[in-house]
Amino acid sequence: MTGWERFTDSFFNARVMAQYLPKIIEGFGLTVVLALCIIVAGLVLGLLLALVRAFGIRPLNWLIIFTVDLFRALPPLVIIVLLFFGLPNAGLELSGFASAWLSLTLVLMAFSEEIFWAGITSVPRGQWEAARSTGLGFVQTLVYVVLPQALRITIPPLTNRTIAITKGTALASVVAVPDILGAANAGVSFSFNPSPLTLGAIAYLVLFLPVVVLGRWIETRFAWKR
Amino acid sequence: MSAATAREPIVEARAIHKHFGHLHVLKGVDLKVAEKELVFLIGPSGSGKSTLLRCLNRLEDPSSGQVIVDGIDMLDAKTDINKARQRIGMVFQSFNLYPHMTALGNVMLALRKVQGLGRAEAEAKARAALARVHLADRADHYPLQLSGGQQQRVAIARAIALEPRVMLFDEPTSALDPELVGGVLAVMRELREDGMTMVVVSHEMGFAKAAADRVVFMADGLIVEEGLPAEIFSQPKHDRTRAFISQIERH
Repeated sequence: MTGWERFTDSFFNARVMAQYLPKIIEGFGLTVVLALCIIVAGLVLGLLLALVRAFGIRPLNWLIIFTVDLFRALPPLVIIVLLFFGLPNAGLELSGFASAWLSLTLVLMAFSEEIFWAGITSVPRGQWEAARSTGLGFVQTLVYVVLPQALRITIPPLTNRTIAITKGTALASVVAVPDILGAANAGVSFSFNPSPLTLGAIAYLVLFLPVVVLGRWIETRFAWKR
Repeated sequence: MSAATAREPIVEARAIHKHFGHLHVLKGVDLKVAEKELVFLIGPSGSGKSTLLRCLNRLEDPSSGQVIVDGIDMLDAKTDINKARQRIGMVFQSFNLYPHMTALGNVMLALRKVQGLGRAEAEAKARAALARVHLADRADHYPLQLSGGQQQRVAIARAIALEPRVMLFDEPTSALDPELVGGVLAVMRELREDGMTMVVVSHEMGFAKAAADRVVFMADGLIVEEGLPAEIFSQPKHDRTRAFISQIERH
């Protein structure tokens, strides 16, 4: 066997790939579901926190900042493991899927809150003043004038951060979730051949490349009309 | 004396003080503006003229004093400030149009959300306001597609669409290229001819001489002197005023 043959046999073994493709596809479906749940919950919670923060209620803002800093500082894997292995001691048992979902949701919430907040504060004061001078209330100004502008500014960093954190779904494999990486790892263990990992990598590309492209499309779609 | 004493004032500010931290920006200012009067506020930068203007619609809260606009006590906690502000239009130095809305959208927003008009009625009013500032054909343009002068006229349309009793102008032409100033001043002059009460912070002395009923000169948070444009510009009584006028006219 030449070196090249050894390489293709290890990473592109058609027989092994065919055998584990169904498992990888199942894992793909699970990763998509997990990712969607994280994105929806994380972004909604992040936006809500940023909106609450806009009201400027001091003690509440301190609490928000503390929470956000906490989940931005902790490595996602640590949170997942803590929830999965730690919570049962407190009498609360979460499945691997639920631990991964909750952990990454909290992390995305924390990062997206910071991004949304930065977007809100980047809208010039004059926009608030103009809107308020026409009789719009605080909430109306926030909803109709400030937020649409803030969201546009946040789209590039938000897309990046969302992709980065959603890729963290691979960490779910650590707590026995058969996602793409989990399924691929299992395949490697059973076949003694790393080809399932190649399939897994391809599956991640198939999943995230469109998201990256979509992010770019959204950016141009929402640029200011000139 | 000016027209202010002859008619009932529509804007009345009494003993306005404003502190920003340890900065004492307004030191007891009284200002009365009669209906249909055009009052010009002039003075060196930092004199408090913009702050005074912003106290009139409570974009700034005065530290003490009283502001009555069209019979409404602006500083009373029971006053619905959002309702009261519809009677006081404001135009800003930097236009502050909403960049994510067309000119029409900018004018319609408060008509829809504050006055609660239906889409058709709001749009009709907004188009009429844009026509008054000669921008009926720019209704569907976004702010970045308009020149500075056009943007400022849209901002004026946004304010007058609400049918305010008073219009406040905070240096409306100072962010504009010189060739664009004329269009904005022309619209302001037409407003004045239609009987709009106006308080204008500006250094457009030519416009003040031609259109103002009264010029108020402020320095260091106080009104130094006020009078007819001819009096203030030709025979100022105070040295501060004289120094300021000669400095402005040199430009």
